[in-house]
Amino acid sequence: MNGADKYQLNRNSYGRLVFTDRIGLMQEGVVPVRSFPITDPDQGIALIDSHGHELLWIERLADLPEDYRVLIESELASREFVPEIKRVLKVSSFITPNTWEVETDRGESTFLLKGEEDIRRLTASSLMITDSFGIHFLIRDRLTLDRHSRKLLDHFL
Amino acid sequence: MQQIQSLSLNNLPSIWVEAFSSQLIAEENVLAWLEIDLDTQLHFAAGLVVVTNKRLLTKMASDEIWQEWCYQKDLLLAQRDYAGVGCLELFDAHARIAYWRYRLGNDIAVSRLIECFTQQLDYYLTGKLPVVAEHTQVQCPNCAAFLSSEQEECPVCDKQSHAPPSTWTLLRLWRFAKPYKGRLLIGFLLTLCSTAATLVPPYLTMPLMDNVLIPYQNGQPINTDLVTLYLSGLLVAAVLAWMLGWARTYMLALVSERIGADLRTATYEHLLSLSQEYFGGKRTGDLMARIGAETDRINLFISLHLLDFATDVIMIVMTAVILISINPWLALVTLVPLPIIAWLIHLVRDRLRIGFEKVDRIWAEVNNVLADTIPGIRVVKAFAQEKREAARFHAANQRNLQINDRVNRIWSLFTPTVTLLTEVGLLVVWVFGIWQISKDEITVGVLTAFLAYIGRFYIRLDTMSRIVSVTQKAAAGTKRIFDILDHVSSVPESSNPVHLSAIQGQIEMRNVGFRYGTRSITRDINLIIKPGEMIGLVGHSGSGKSTLVNLICRFYDVTEGMILIDGHDIRSLPIAEYRKNIGLVLQEPFLFYGTIAENIAYGKPDAMRSEIVSAARAAHAHEFILRLPHGYDSLVGERGQALSGGERQRISIARALLIDPRILILDEATSSVDTTTEKDIQKALDNLVRGRTTIAIAHRLSTLREANRLIVLDRGRIVEIGNHTELMAREGYYYRLYLAQARNVDTEDRAIVSVAEHSAAGEHK
Repeated sequence: MNGADKYQLNRNSYGRLVFTDRIGLMQEGVVPVRSFPITDPDQGIALIDSHGHELLWIERLADLPEDYRVLIESELASREFVPEIKRVLKVSSFITPNTWEVETDRGESTFLLKGEEDIRRLTASSLMITDSFGIHFLIRDRLTLDRHSRKLLDHFL
Repeated sequence: MQQIQSLSLNNLPSIWVEAFSSQLIAEENVLAWLEIDLDTQLHFAAGLVVVTNKRLLTKMASDEIWQEWCYQKDLLLAQRDYAGVGCLELFDAHARIAYWRYRLGNDIAVSRLIECFTQQLDYYLTGKLPVVAEHTQVQCPNCAAFLSSEQEECPVCDKQSHAPPSTWTLLRLWRFAKPYKGRLLIGFLLTLCSTAATLVPPYLTMPLMDNVLIPYQNGQPINTDLVTLYLSGLLVAAVLAWMLGWARTYMLALVSERIGADLRTATYEHLLSLSQEYFGGKRTGDLMARIGAETDRINLFISLHLLDFATDVIMIVMTAVILISINPWLALVTLVPLPIIAWLIHLVRDRLRIGFEKVDRIWAEVNNVLADTIPGIRVVKAFAQEKREAARFHAANQRNLQINDRVNRIWSLFTPTVTLLTEVGLLVVWVFGIWQISKDEITVGVLTAFLAYIGRFYIRLDTMSRIVSVTQKAAAGTKRIFDILDHVSSVPESSNPVHLSAIQGQIEMRNVGFRYGTRSITRDINLIIKPGEMIGLVGHSGSGKSTLVNLICRFYDVTEGMILIDGHDIRSLPIAEYRKNIGLVLQEPFLFYGTIAENIAYGKPDAMRSEIVSAARAAHAHEFILRLPHGYDSLVGERGQALSGGERQRISIARALLIDPRILILDEATSSVDTTTEKDIQKALDNLVRGRTTIAIAHRLSTLREANRLIVLDRGRIVEIGNHTELMAREGYYYRLYLAQARNVDTEDRAIVSVAEHSAAGEHK
């Protein structure tokens, strides 16, 4: 984006992002949204106002001035919740629905898997598991998991 | 709000009670709490937020001290959520002072927390006691959802408990076998007898050898009487075994076929009772495979493999008894390989089960590719993607091969190993037998009998080992069937339903909210529709119009609030009885394969011919039906006569007219046809609407002019209510929507005509 000077972005005391366009119109509660959150997270980020209209299209985050980029990245971080499974500790039963105890990059947790169809293959080795509340758990590369986890996981693939 | 006030510390999650009780000050009562399972950086961590009558208290498990905020002016507690994660925020006049993150589990607990906080704050500021809302309904003690007086269990909490089913899946088939107990018992006795009969011939080889052949070799003449006796014994045993075997196989095949049929019907029936939500999440190919192929596999398992296995077990036990009675030592040596084989079977079982489950899944995937492509064949061909689809199918097949190869690698090793063990076992018997004969402990006849027995014996073990794979396959199949059967409909039938003889058609929505997965679709809908009133739902696509209609039809259940028909919660009414009162006309009418008359009478199969004709007349369908070569007997549906969109729509209107519903729902009934056809349909609809409570969704606002009131929705909320003139005068949301359409109306009409010509041309191909 070459028009970095044409708009302003900052965070107000309510913790919301505020977007000011070049004629000085302010929009509060602006959210950044990734267009390809799974396949290509850094490509194409849109700033969306509270009514769901697009305000700005950012082709690549790296193109932004440093302070804006940090602001958007922190906002994205506070919205994105895709725990990455590092280890599968225990599966309550091999028949769904079952409860999984997992170790993720965000700490240990448990979740309920409703059915095998909620395990979605992204690529040959990466998987996305959707729990009963719709939270996505990512397995970046199932081949690099430890033996125990792979074995448990294998029951469901 | 008595329930809320009676909340005590005891209701708090146990891990928090101790830590929290020391915090309470005099006259402080806990009003509501929320367990937090994430920290602000979105890492998993436990925490608690409590609202009392004095303040708001909070602590994360890792924190040392409790944080507190006493009630003061300008405090505000609010929540928002995104993609399954909620955010509870506390604001004062100038800034956000705290926030908490949590996974959306119990949405209602959050809204209750906020409600209690707001009430107490209000009390603190104004001194007025919170207005005690007069709810006639009982509240669920867990989640405070309103229960109608008939419901004992809370539907919200009920839905959330997913107890994993037991692993002994195959035993669950007993539920279907039970009605055939008597015949199964007869079959079992027949099995016992026929097996016993097959064990007679080897036994007879013993005296045949010792009393006839060996004496002959030693120079004595053959005793023809004995030979006749033994040989006729052999013949009788063989004929008996043949007859009993026939009777048993026939009897058990009969029973298993019935069990299979029952299973299939029960599964299909249960499937039909499941909510729309279930079908939304499943793929057609997979469901079809489950009901068709899996039940067949289970059937085969019961009739063939289970029967064989039972026979084998009986035979082994009987053989073991006979062998021990002849010579315990030789019997011991003969039976030694048995535990080894059993151990081997156990070893391979787990691997094979996983393998076969995988094979099943991949098979469903292959089916899914077909189910995806064949209905969409026009698109595939139009975009010339045959090659890609073929490649996709090829890839699925390739994966099928891969997994099958892996399973077969273990499987193929299995059978030869059993054969090898058989040979080794025979060898051991030979060695030990010859040694015993040399010591004169047994006769040649005994050894011959033993060899004859264990020849069969080991062959049985070999086939028995096959039971491992088929049992695993059947267990996998059973599991997949019971996956469907165990699925509790998310629109559960009330356990104590209220029967309404005739309904007036008043619909009331109270604080209705609906969440699909993690997406909150509608919120705080409050609306009363009077009997006979026509309501138009207006809004952009995605504003929640169809959701609202689906909620009224009870295709889904509300996640918050309630919908009342004539003052009764629709969840307390029997589903089928309730839906009989609703006529639904969809954008894309679905016609089943059958005659036009059958299609019109779909909701009332016993309708008289005259009723069908008058419904068709009222729907302006009569004339075009008569133009068809077979009139009302013309076949329509997937394999039948091709009808145009408008014609099909009028048939579906006639279908709705025939059941004479009190409530009518028109979901974009006229949007898939051109304006001329629309006028025809509109005339038909006018007949339909008369005197009924009608809810109409229409993209073209002009078709809703007749409506008594228009409800304008935006992002799941009602933004405006009023009739066309009022809303135009208000110059608000509807006004803008209307202007935007009026601007496009010319171009749209032109576009529709050209599209219609286009598709007509396509039909003639």
